[in-house]
Amino acid sequence: MNEEAKDKIIEYVKQQKKSKLYFNDLCKAVPEIKMMQAKKVVNELISEGKLKYWSSGSTTMYMLPSEGDVAKEEEGMN
Amino acid sequence: MALKHATPMLDELEKGPWPSFVSDVKRLAAKGNLMCEDWLGLMELSFKEKEGHWKHGGIVGVFGYGGGVIGRYCDRPDLFPNVAHFHTMRVNQPASKYYNSDVLRKICDLWDAKGSGLTNMHGSTGDIVLLGTTTDQLEPIFYELTHDLKMDLGGSGSNLRSPEGCLGMSRCEWACINTQDIIYDLTQEFQDALHRPMFPYKFKFKSSGCPMDCVAAIARADCSIIGTWRDDIRIDQEAVKGYVGGEIVPHGGAGGPRKDFDIKAEVIDLCPTKCMAFDGKTLKIENSDCVRCMHCIRVMPRALRPGVDTGATILLGAKAPILEGAQLSSVVIPFIKMESPYTEFKEFVEKLWDYWMENGKNRERLGELIQRQGLRELLKAVELEPDPRMVNTPRYNPYIFYDPEKVPGGWEHDATEYRKRHQA
Repeated sequence: MNEEAKDKIIEYVKQQKKSKLYFNDLCKAVPEIKMMQAKKVVNELISEGKLKYWSSGSTTMYMLPSEGDVAKEEEGMN
Repeated sequence: MALKHATPMLDELEKGPWPSFVSDVKRLAAKGNLMCEDWLGLMELSFKEKEGHWKHGGIVGVFGYGGGVIGRYCDRPDLFPNVAHFHTMRVNQPASKYYNSDVLRKICDLWDAKGSGLTNMHGSTGDIVLLGTTTDQLEPIFYELTHDLKMDLGGSGSNLRSPEGCLGMSRCEWACINTQDIIYDLTQEFQDALHRPMFPYKFKFKSSGCPMDCVAAIARADCSIIGTWRDDIRIDQEAVKGYVGGEIVPHGGAGGPRKDFDIKAEVIDLCPTKCMAFDGKTLKIENSDCVRCMHCIRVMPRALRPGVDTGATILLGAKAPILEGAQLSSVVIPFIKMESPYTEFKEFVEKLWDYWMENGKNRERLGELIQRQGLRELLKAVELEPDPRMVNTPRYNPYIFYDPEKVPGGWEHDATEYRKRHQA
């Protein structure tokens, strides 16, 4: 069940034009499961490195690891 | 020692009679703190150009965490390389902010060594805010915080924010609930929500031991837990006479010594529901009309005390202004005993979060969702019955929208049938 949900979420994220998505947006990929359950699935995706967080400080969003490379952005800053 | 950047505009902020953060930062810069030096230069540039030079966003925390670090970058690293990264770390404060000086010294030593040395004690959720560090220092700082200081990161982003409580029973005779225990318990219970974001936006718990509400739960918290009582205010009539006779100073002596206390003008006439009377000998309170404003107790603390059947009122939906202005929280549970392990309250919170997650729009606080959908939808979701105490001014506003499911026939009716019984 979780593996199927994980695949659907990743597929959904890949199809979006925006690189950063809210948790609510991710849940649209798996409307058949409750949000609390979806949270566990998303957490697993984060732990596995298939998704990563992005935060403005007040709001948290999710993105693919290939997007927004922090190390690259910080290159040359030091 | 001459500083690297001239700061004529910032210098103006040192000229007032109040303590200046500019002086504090300069003191650190003069000791050779390069981050503080560049920070001063960057601020001066922002003042001069009337434009901010901070970029925010990106990094969220340390490995396994989805909050606790707020990424900050300078958009002129060419001019101010030492503040190219200037991340904030939020550290979850101990319940009621009880520290010993040893811990505070260790935090400062840690931040002097691995951060800018600048701190903010404390943020609005009570966190210790450590201002300014670089990405490569985040993990080492976290290691020391957790292993040596036994402290953890606080909440940020779409997480549960660090729960906060007043001093409660540790110092205050008015505390009706054990705020320290409640806050510690909720922090432990909801660790996952604190560190792994899942909400539409931020969510704050705050707990005050009495309606004085010293942590401003009613103004700031999405869920306020405020101590109250449901029996009668305890009265010591002898002490009342002591206040009236000038033997005891009102307000616990806060206004200095005085002998001119006027119980009618300063207590009886100021009661918001006029539920008090004093005939020169005995003070009487119509407790069923008392709204727990605490004014009389505050003025005559030796004569009046909260009752002994204590618990909490749960209110929901406060927030600071962003959308639609600031909002105070509204009563949803007029009285709950709030005793450890707080099972009833935690079950309520789980239902509440389910409702908010399923129905809240992105970046919509709980209070805004309640405002958009109406209190009725919330009450259905958390399985509570409507109660007049949930209405702000029930005696002035008798208009209640009943749930159509609870009205025979709902809102629909047959106009033709109606006209057969009533002429137009």
